[in-house]
Amino acid sequence: MPERTDLVVIGAGPAGMAAAACAAQRDLRVLLIDEQPAAGGQIYRGLDYTDRVKLEVLGPDYPRGRELLDGLAQPGIRCLPESTVWQVTREREVFISRNGEADVVVADRIVLATGAMERAMPFPGWTRAGVMNAGAGQILLKGSALIPDDNAVLAGSGPLLYLLAWQYLQAGVKVGAILETTPRSNLIQAMVHLPGALRANAYLRKGIGLLRAIRRSRVPHFRGVTALRALGSAQVESVAFESGGNAHALPCSILLLHQGVVPNVQITRSLGLEHDWAPLPRCWHPRVSAWGETAIEGIYVAGDGGGIGGAEVAAQQGRLAALHAAQHLGAISVQECESQARPVRRHLAYHLAVRSFLDTLYSPAREYLCPSNETIICRCEEVTAGSVREYVRLGCLGPNQTKAFGRPGMGPCQGRLCGLTVSEVIAGARGVSPAEVGYYRVRPPIKPITLGELATLPLPDEQQLEAQDIG
Amino acid sequence: MPNGLSFNRLSERPGGTVTICFEGQPVTAQDGDTVAAALLAAGYAVTRTTPVHGVPRGPFCMMGVCFDCLLEIDGRANRQGCMVRVTEGLQVRRMAGARSASIGEADA
Repeated sequence: MPERTDLVVIGAGPAGMAAAACAAQRDLRVLLIDEQPAAGGQIYRGLDYTDRVKLEVLGPDYPRGRELLDGLAQPGIRCLPESTVWQVTREREVFISRNGEADVVVADRIVLATGAMERAMPFPGWTRAGVMNAGAGQILLKGSALIPDDNAVLAGSGPLLYLLAWQYLQAGVKVGAILETTPRSNLIQAMVHLPGALRANAYLRKGIGLLRAIRRSRVPHFRGVTALRALGSAQVESVAFESGGNAHALPCSILLLHQGVVPNVQITRSLGLEHDWAPLPRCWHPRVSAWGETAIEGIYVAGDGGGIGGAEVAAQQGRLAALHAAQHLGAISVQECESQARPVRRHLAYHLAVRSFLDTLYSPAREYLCPSNETIICRCEEVTAGSVREYVRLGCLGPNQTKAFGRPGMGPCQGRLCGLTVSEVIAGARGVSPAEVGYYRVRPPIKPITLGELATLPLPDEQQLEAQDIG
Repeated sequence: MPNGLSFNRLSERPGGTVTICFEGQPVTAQDGDTVAAALLAAGYAVTRTTPVHGVPRGPFCMMGVCFDCLLEIDGRANRQGCMVRVTEGLQVRRMAGARSASIGEADA
């Protein structure tokens, strides 16, 4: 018989850690699964091992994750690190691969806390070695204390770009340049949302502080950057772009890209759940209740996987889902659930107040959402935007059809990286919204698994099989 | 040969170093590194060539999303270098183009 537990939490970032701790405090048996060797998620990655230098460089927000990590030290929580979830079923079975062996756990409740990933930023040459996500730069810093040599160039838009630049400056890296692709018109549009954002002004103060420090450092900062290209042979050697009506080229061996983060929807998509198109951050959100519960009873989404809110929002959403799960399992009453949720919802509203402003201010430039024909948009199968436009001309209406025509989304990443771009390109070519175009049909296994691993899966009880035969 | 990508260590873990083998060459890594991080730290930008056009690629997302850092690790093909920790003596090779099907490999 497969193992049974009260609650399975998938993903040990802020949402998952908070959900696990909150549920265990209410006497639920919790299994917390994560791909990494230690809890923390991407934001608090490497927090299990820190030294003075790393803490100074990463800044004051990073060690805040300790409280969440400490919350996991409870008898009711079993952590399953270095474990990959490759399927979740509507019957609340969770299939795991660990140390080359497959296993299955059945849960009364599941919290999907799979977080965010960086939005792809395709342009000619972005597939060259040495071009990486800004998040990858941060992971190298948190996980291995690695900083790039001088002349690394940071390109794109959004708070993480400034944070990484600031962290590199703290570490003494001479950043080659910051190439800001944020359209200038965004600022004017964002001003409408400023009064709302002022309610959570800690975020604004932090952002202004980062920008000031970057300005003081005299790192070349180009604004309104268009026509970005990564040039070189085997790997990137220079970056070319236009800014202020002039063409520029800078040498670089490391080019770090960022244009915001988007929900990782692989599991919610593979469950066949409804997703709504959010026109402002231009991504899909799984449809959930005020507790984070999806249309499948007992399966919740918490954190950035349900819509980008950041670490604080994620933790509060994790708690809400855990409270609802605890109430459903009889650990707390309906009244207790409501009263305990009240302060959580208050925090949530505070931390969400800044989102409309940030989403508008850093809305990506059209050029990097819907790239030029020559740009590879599916990195795995090396399919260009031009090919996808050609499939639309031939009659394809959505990404599942273009996939059949030319394989975009069919490689090992299973469309994670190209999904949004392919939908945008098709929508652009058809002159409709991505909401009408839809998204890839995601099917399990959502991470590759070998047949050898699959064969280690425990078979259902023989007696049960016989009973089924008789039935 | 390392190909000129430069990352530097800000500080080192007291845990010490681990030596792995990349394309027959020893690579010194820090305990706790992923294979992809260790290769970048050693100056290797290119970790595979693609199956379709045979062009060079290197690690891109470092968090298990993009599958661009696919490597052959201890005889097992198509493993995500950013998701595997270094251990002493790990044998790592580049993935070259498309993988050919063969029977009786060490996959199981």
